[in-house]
Amino acid sequence: MTSVAEAPTVQRRLLAQTGHGPLPTLDASQVVGLARDAGLTGRGGSGFPLWRKLNAVLVSGRPPTIIANGAEGEPASGKDKALLTYQPHLVLDGLQLIARAARASTAYLYVAQPAAFRAVLGSRRDPIPVTLVTAPDAFVAGEESAVAAAVAGRGAVPADKRFRLPDTGTLVQNVETLAHLALIARYGAGWFRTAGTYDEPGTFLATIGGAVAAPGVVEAGYGVPLGDLITAAGGPTAPLAAVLVGGYHGAWVPADPALPISREALSPYGATPGAGVVTALPLGACGLAETARIAGYLADQSAGQCGPCVNGLPRLATTLADLAAFRARPTLPAEVTRLTHLVTGRGACRHPDGTARLIASAMRAFSADVTAHLNGHCLATHTP
Amino acid sequence: MTRLHIDWTACDGRGLCAELLPELLAEDDWGYPMARDGSPSPTVPPALEPNAQRAVDRCPALALHLTREAERPSAPTR
Ligand SMILES: Cc1cc2nc3c(=O)[nH]c(=O)nc-3n(C[C@H](O)[C@H](O)[C@H](O)COP(=O)(O)O)c2cc1C
Ligand code: SF4
Ligand code: SF4
Repeated sequence: MTSVAEAPTVQRRLLAQTGHGPLPTLDASQVVGLARDAGLTGRGGSGFPLWRKLNAVLVSGRPPTIIANGAEGEPASGKDKALLTYQPHLVLDGLQLIARAARASTAYLYVAQPAAFRAVLGSRRDPIPVTLVTAPDAFVAGEESAVAAAVAGRGAVPADKRFRLPDTGTLVQNVETLAHLALIARYGAGWFRTAGTYDEPGTFLATIGGAVAAPGVVEAGYGVPLGDLITAAGGPTAPLAAVLVGGYHGAWVPADPALPISREALSPYGATPGAGVVTALPLGACGLAETARIAGYLADQSAGQCGPCVNGLPRLATTLADLAAFRARPTLPAEVTRLTHLVTGRGACRHPDGTARLIASAMRAFSADVTAHLNGHCLATHTP
Repeated sequence: MTRLHIDWTACDGRGLCAELLPELLAEDDWGYPMARDGSPSPTVPPALEPNAQRAVDRCPALALHLTREAERPSAPTR
């Protein structure tokens, strides 16, 4: 999944082959101001403005802990690995910018394979030393409070959110977000805004997978039509039934080539660009079966701490598996709706919320399939 | 505004709080507290604050906390 696709619509900023020249030294207010003027938002899934979290860390009065999150626990995503492979210096530049601005004594890089970064770190003369921390291979290991726990030497499991992390002095940013910051520091907020839309500026890295000829990572401005992303990944290998946008915590949207990939255009489907994962489902594949498979995976990935998540996610997954396998009962759709509401907002992290969002979107996007499955047959695979 | 925050990593789901604070909490399918208003951290009306405080004090897992608006996590996280 780490190939970088070639296509005319690809906009290369993070993935440009060129060198970038020296990194300017900026004080805290300059970094906050630049990030705000650029409209830089988190690329790890939340889409939250960087400057607001950074500002909260700066005013917290606590010793700052600055962490680059390269865990990329989402199995369908490959963009952070690609970025860290092709442009590790941009990520490390962004990390230095923030760590210097916050006057941190150490910065942290949290990745699955830390050994791979020793040489890169050794080749730099960073004013703030970078400590490598291993990200375990688990879906929730990249959740920000799990990241903070791992860096503090505890297990990488999410923690209660009574206090917001930035208010405790800890800043967790996705590695792509930091790489964008490194470019903004050099080329300015105005330059950043020349890509993307007015409300959602800049480019993002998309991981395109599923029924495409050349699965891989593509960079494009927010608002890029879905069809251009699919084309950049070699085009569809079959007519498409639907597309999953935002990864396993995302939502199903119609396979409409004109659909812009932006928060605004995706919101009617309950979707967001998230961390840029786009997975194409071919005609002939059952969206309910695919969703049931993902739901089973997500239920297994619950960190096992919070009652509604521990109990609710497996219940949701088996209910969906029953629907996919025609072990259906008329009350099943209502049961799915009730369970999605039952788990949403009721965990230390948003794993239950994301899982519920995916399942609710499947029930909407594949409503004709739901009816067919309840009646014992599948529209996509013509089984049983 | 006061809210009742539930630390799900601590709660053991025996449902004591739903008994002590039935005005705000019910039990879900598994005995975990569920806010009647459907929100993750229900608002506590001033008249119920003493009862809510009692539930907080009696929770065996120390999973309940009364929070003022400023402490409440807004949603920067996904
Ligand atoms: C279950 C779960 C898993 C997550 N995994 C990741 C991850 O692997 N990498 C990541 O950058 N963010 C992940 N996030 C989002 C982080 O909590 C956090 O929002 C993000 O790292 C902040 O960086 P950003 O603002 O630059 O996006 C995850 C969130 C949840 C709820
Ligand atoms: S909500 Fe689920 S995944 Fe998140 S911390 Fe609780 S048990 Fe773990
Ligand atoms: S009393 Fe405490 S531990 Fe028991 S169900 Fe309520 S919150 Fe959970």
